[in-house]
Formats: sequence, C-alpha cells, structure tokens
Amino acid sequence: MNIGPFSFTRIPFFLLVGFLLVIGIVLTLHRHWMYEVPLVYGETQTIWSVEAKVEFNAHGGPVKVSMARPSAQDGFTVLKEAGASPGYGLNFMDGNEPRAEWTVRGAKGKQELFYRAEILVSQMQSGADLPPPSIQPVSWPEPYASAVNEVLAGAYATSADNYSLTRELLKRFQEDETAQHIELLRTHYADQLPELWVDMLHKARVPASVVYGLNLQDGRRRQNLTPLLRVWNGNDSEIFELPGEESNASLLLAADAPLLLWEQRGAPVLDVTGGTDSSIRFSMLKREESTYANIAENLSSQHDFLNFSIHSLPVEEQAMFKTILLIPIGALIVCILRIIIGIRTSGTFMPVLIALAFIQTSLVTGLIGFLLVVATGLFIRSYLSRLNLLLVARITAVIITVIAIISIFSVLSYKVGLTEGLKITFFPMIILSWTIERMSILWEEEGGREVMVQGGGSLLTAVLAYWAMSDPWVRHLTFNFIGIQFIVLALVLLIGSYTGYRLLELKRFKAFGS
Amino acid sequence: MFTFPWRLERRGILGMNRRNISYISRYNPRRLYPLVDNKLKTKLLAQKAGITTPALIGTVQNQHDVSLLADLLRDVPGFAIKPAKGSGGKGILVLSRHDDEQYIKNSGALVTLAELQRHVSNILSGLYSLGGSPDIAIIEELIEFDQQLGGYSFEGVPDIRVIVCRGYPVMAMMRLSTRNSDGKANLHQGAVGVGLDIATGRPLKAVQNGLSVERHPDTGRELSELVIPQWGQLLELAARCYEESGLGYLGTDMVLDRRYGPMLLELNARPGLTIQVANGCGLLPRLKIIDALSDADVARPAAERVALSRQWFAAQPELKTGA
Ligand SMILES: Nc1ncnc2c1ncn2[C@@H]1O[C@H](COP(=O)(O)OP(=O)(O)O)[C@@H](O)[C@H]1O
Ligand SMILES: [Mg+2]
Repeated sequence: MNIGPFSFTRIPFFLLVGFLLVIGIVLTLHRHWMYEVPLVYGETQTIWSVEAKVEFNAHGGPVKVSMARPSAQDGFTVLKEAGASPGYGLNFMDGNEPRAEWTVRGAKGKQELFYRAEILVSQMQSGADLPPPSIQPVSWPEPYASAVNEVLAGAYATSADNYSLTRELLKRFQEDETAQHIELLRTHYADQLPELWVDMLHKARVPASVVYGLNLQDGRRRQNLTPLLRVWNGNDSEIFELPGEESNASLLLAADAPLLLWEQRGAPVLDVTGGTDSSIRFSMLKREESTYANIAENLSSQHDFLNFSIHSLPVEEQAMFKTILLIPIGALIVCILRIIIGIRTSGTFMPVLIALAFIQTSLVTGLIGFLLVVATGLFIRSYLSRLNLLLVARITAVIITVIAIISIFSVLSYKVGLTEGLKITFFPMIILSWTIERMSILWEEEGGREVMVQGGGSLLTAVLAYWAMSDPWVRHLTFNFIGIQFIVLALVLLIGSYTGYRLLELKRFKAFGS
Repeated sequence: MFTFPWRLERRGILGMNRRNISYISRYNPRRLYPLVDNKLKTKLLAQKAGITTPALIGTVQNQHDVSLLADLLRDVPGFAIKPAKGSGGKGILVLSRHDDEQYIKNSGALVTLAELQRHVSNILSGLYSLGGSPDIAIIEELIEFDQQLGGYSFEGVPDIRVIVCRGYPVMAMMRLSTRNSDGKANLHQGAVGVGLDIATGRPLKAVQNGLSVERHPDTGRELSELVIPQWGQLLELAARCYEESGLGYLGTDMVLDRRYGPMLLELNARPGLTIQVANGCGLLPRLKIIDALSDADVARPAAERVALSRQWFAAQPELKTGA
C-alpha cells in the first residue's frame, strides 16, 4: 500500500525498468556461462595483473632496453606475459636472470614500453633454488676501509652464520646510536648503502645481492620497486629488509600486500642503451577467478564484442575503473538512505566521496582522521568567521587550513611512528573544506544539534557506503559483471519513483498513529 | 517510537516522497521556480498583480553598495534585511529604531552599522543562498502586525502559511515566533505552529518542536482564543498567488499588517509537511479532492475557489459531507 497509485501513464517507465533489469541479468549470466566467471565469490584463485611501464628519451640511434622479469618464486607462479611496444622487437630471455629485451634500429623522443604479467598466487614452492652469485673482490679507500673492517669485525663476533651476520650488520646501521665509523660510512655512501652492505658481505665471503621487490596492493598505480637484501647460505637464501626503508615494520609479512620479487639475483632492473632519463613504474590489480575461467579467457578472443569487459583495458586504466564501477553502489546506498530511510546528510553525495577515501585509508584510520580534520577545521573556522571575510576568500582560507591540518597530522603521526596517519592525505580536501564551511554555517544558524544530525547522518551514510563498496562480494560482482550496473540503474529508477513513507517519517508523524 | 505506515495512510498523511513526486514535480514546472526562489522577483510579480507585499525600501546588489547602507536606512524607522534567495528564515535580520550607528533587534540586542554591513556582504557572497551562489540583499519595510495578534507572538511577526493547490487553499497554519526562534516564525527554529480551520480561521491545535502546546511558551497567552481578522480576504490573496505564479502546489506565507491588512510575505515551491501535525490531520484527502477537479474548476475566480475551499475543508464534521 506504500506504492503510489498504479496508472497507465507509468507503463513506459516500468517497461524501461524491466528492460534494464533484463539486460543486466542477461549480461551477467552470459558472462557467467560463457566465460565461466564465478558469480559466487569464494572458490577462486587470486591473480595479480602487474604492468610495468618503462619510459625514457631516445636519442635517435638504435635503442636496446633490457628489463628484469619476475620468475616463479615461493608463493607466485607467472601465468602469462605480454609486452606492448609499437615498432620494437621484443624477446623474452629465460634462465637464472629472466629478462625482457626491446630493440629498435632508430627511435627519437619520449618512448613508452609496456610489460604485463599475470601472476597467480599459489601455495606451491618454486622448487628450483637460485644458485648464489659469485663473490666479487672488493676494496675501499681509507678511512672507509678501516671503518668497514671495524663494523664487520663487530658483527662477525656476535653472529653464528651468514644470516645472523647479515642481521647484525643491518642492525648496526639501523640503530640510532651514532658510532663514529657508522656515521662516516652512512654519510659517504648515503645513496649507495644497499650496495655498500652487499660489498661488506662479500668481503666477509657471504654471497649477497640487492634484489628488488614489488608490494602487491590492489589498485595501486605508479608504484616503485623496493630494494631488499638477499643473502645466500649454500643454495639456501633469505630476504632481508633494508633499514631506513619506509614501513620497515612488516613488508615481508603483510598479508594484504604480498611481496613479489621482481628481480631475484642482483642484476639491474632496467638497462637502457641509446636513451636517457629512463624510469620504470608499476601498476597492479587483483582479480579473483576460477582456475578454469583463466584458461577459458585465454582461449576466447579478446576482441569478441559480447566479451565486453574492462579486462581488455591496460592495467592502469582497469585499476581506475575498479573504483569508478563502485561509485554507483555508493550512490545507491545514498538513494536508499535518503529516500527510503529519510536520513539527512550534508551535501548529497559527499558521503560517497568520504567512503571512497575510507577505502584507501581503512575505516578506523579514516574515521579518526575525518573527525580530527573536521573538528579542528570547525574550530579554526569559528575564528575565521570573526574576521569578516568574503565567502570565496573564507572558503579558500578553510581549504588552506585543511591542507595545513592534514600536513601537520601526517608529519606528527609519522614522527610518532604511526605510518597509518599518512593515509589522511587520501581525503578529498576541497570536499572536506566545503563540509567544514557548511557545518559551521549550520552551527551558527541552527545550532549544534542540527550539525550532529546532519554530520552524523553523513558519517553513517559514508560508513554504510564504505561497507558496501569494500565488501569482497560487491567488488567481485561489480568488477567482473558489467551487467550489475544496469541492475543498479534499474533499482535507482525504482527507488526514485517510490512514493511511500520514509522510515523516519513513521517517527515524525507518530502522533497520528493512535 | 515508530508508527505503522498503514496508520499514516489511513489518516491521509502526505509523506515527503509523495509530496515530491505527486505534487511538486507534477504541478510545479521547473522553469517557474526562479520566480519564487528569489524573493525580489516574487515581490515585483506581486506588486504588478496588485497583491500587497511589504514595501521595498531598497536592495544591495554588490559589495560596493554596502557602504551606502547608512544613507539608505537614514529615514527608516524599522526594516527587515533578507537574502533574496534565502529560505527557512536564514539570514533574515529584523531591526527597528536606530540612531545613525546602531540598530535594535526585537529582542533588544544592539546591532552596529559595521555588523550590519558585514551581514549584508555575507548575504551578497551567497552565505545564505542555496548552493552558495551570489545573492542580493533586500531591505523591506517593517511589518507592524495586527493588534489582535498581540501577545501571541514573542518578539516577532507571526505569519500564516496557507497551502494552495491548483488555486484552492487546502490547509493553513499560523506560525508564532518564540524566544528560541529569534523573531522569525520558522517552525524548525522553534516557532509555535497553530493549525487553522480553513472555514473560519479559528485555531484547531498548536505544536512546538513536534509537541502539543496549549499556551504560548513565552507570553503565556491561551492559543485557543486566537482569532484571525480578515480571514476571507487573506485566503483570497493566497489563492490569487496561483494565477500569478503558475505554481500548482504552493506554500504562501501571509502576514497581517495593522495598516495594510493581509499581505504576501513570500512564496514557497516546496512547502513543508509539519502543517499536518499542527492541524492534526493529513493533507492527502484534501489534495485528492483537488486532484479530481476539472480545468474549468481550476479556472474559477479566486473568490469562488476560496468559498468552495471553506465549504469543503471546514473542520466541522457535518460540513465535510459537502465535498
Ligand atoms: N518585513 C518584515 N518585517 C518583520 N518581520 C519579517 C519581515 N520579513 C520577514 N520577517 C520575519 O521573518 C520570517 C521569515 O520570513 P520569510 O520572508 O518567510 O523568509 P523565509 O523564506 O526565510 O521563510 C517571517 O515569518 C517573519 O517573522
Ligand atoms: Mg517563510
């Protein structure tokens, strides 16, 4: 009885909704049946698409670019690899140090080369052990040589084998205690500390090399490799994190961000002849698929029209789409909360943007950060309101204040060792400033109660939208099935024509209930 | 805590969603909104149509003119400053008696010229307008409300909200300002709402912040004794706003001035729903009667429409059968 009177003028509307629903369901089922993408999230395997983008300036002559490629290792299997590079010849070289080599007779100007690998997360051990690299003879000029000897002697005395020696050595560089010889080495080899450590280990006849790892985090773009130290003991080897690297807490152990070794034996990651200003950046994307789907997708042609899927886009764009495709879900939540429940929010879709920020920061950090920034902002804004400023100037002042607050919180939390605090920079600052401005006007006009109602409503909406958007089921469905978007659209149209009471109206008009 | 939807349905309560879909978007063409969302345009429109409104003293259109404010207000005993695009009582300052540097709120609080100028420049920069778009400030003559309403309102002009659907007044409510509402009669700021019988203009029920009240919380006057003078004239004025604005679902804010009688204060294209609480009855049954009217009925002169409304929507049960 809550649905508005049915009238014939609404038939086209219901036809449209029905049409959208049918399209959505058909597309979804088609993708499920034809490409074996599981509807049910779960019995799947995790596949990472990692894309490396090499950029450099070519001089005009022949160019040779050689890049290290990831190979099978504990926890990962490389499924398939591909490169994109118009005009270049491309060869994959296997062996102990697998590399990709791009070559061309002549190229000039800015060049972009792509390499993409599909990497399966598996429990399998890689089996084949990498032989240790040969030990190079090393020497240092004075006074560095004696400093090295002193440090090595100390580390050697307090260790039992190759691994503990390495640990002792790194520990000495980690500690803030400023032994003079450590300071000396640190300042002189500031940019080449990892190489220095490798040389020192070689001096102690321990095979070691600097290898490079990639932290796999879903949806990240333009990432860099992390240098690590690999030390061998016979055919065995172990990876060590370098002191002084950011978040040195648990890079290796982080469950949500597994570490893929991109280069395993100490060879250069990128080597460009015939060009300069080279750089390499990585984008990555996580995907859950059934093993069979993986094979099926390989078999089916990529240019099949019905196989309309964002998987055919470059990984960097896919990562962006992954977020974009979630926005309708957040907006749907807002529609439900506003139209069916009747919650008031400050700014219609502001909660969705906040929720997107929460996805980057994780919920608790995000909530604390949001409250801190808004509360401090309101406090400062109350001073600004006494300055008699024009609106545009005042909002600008609030924006600058918000940026200042965010910088201060980031630096402070980093200093205290809370790297989580750095994530505060993910908040959309302009939106935050408007939120503060609006809340403060609301405060002056309607009092603190209304601020709590609307602010609370916005936060509640943001949290619910965050839950919906970070739910693995929802992510799985929206990313793999374009049809879901049609279904969401149909739902939004239906909600938009709902003429029944809002849940909160049942409370507002409860006097009529008797 | 909550009631059941079917109970509200039975009482004919209009909810927000149905108001938006079945009344506002059905009867109010979007292109006419600017007319009512801008108080200056509404005022000019009303003046042209011969609907009385508080006289316009002047407007401040840009930052530069803010310094001329003192000159503009030199010979004015009392005035109200409001943002043209404001709503819900936001940004309205009602001031009286002044020397050249100071003005007095109804509450007795002093406002200096500098504060006033700052307020006006806030209005201009869009602080009170929807979405923060630049605005202009309207200065209009102070309303001196009718003596008979004395004691019913605390430090402010009471106004009468009449919902007019397709030219027929369907429900009315008087809003009395209180200490909390700071001289303005907007309900969510704490004003008292008194439901009025469409037939007679006599009070039916009074609420403040959603709760029933018997007396005015600040002046202590018994609300049931309230009598609205010139009720018929007031309804007719409200009804005429339909032809002039073209909006089929309209909230008209009327005031009674001791010198000029009923006047139009402003028009509202999205009138609120609390009027139902103040009247103790739902809008839907009345709106359905209006929905069923033919175009010829809608085209009747305002006086006839008001007569029909007073007959149909009278609070007494025996008159309801006239529908
Ligand atoms: N000229 C005036 N003189 C005295 N009081 C006024 C005047 N104009 C407005 N007010 C007060 O302000 C209230 C709100 O004014 P209104 O024009 O309806 O603006 P809004 O769109 O913000 O509701 C009125 O109910 C009345 O109490
Ligand atoms: Mg009003």
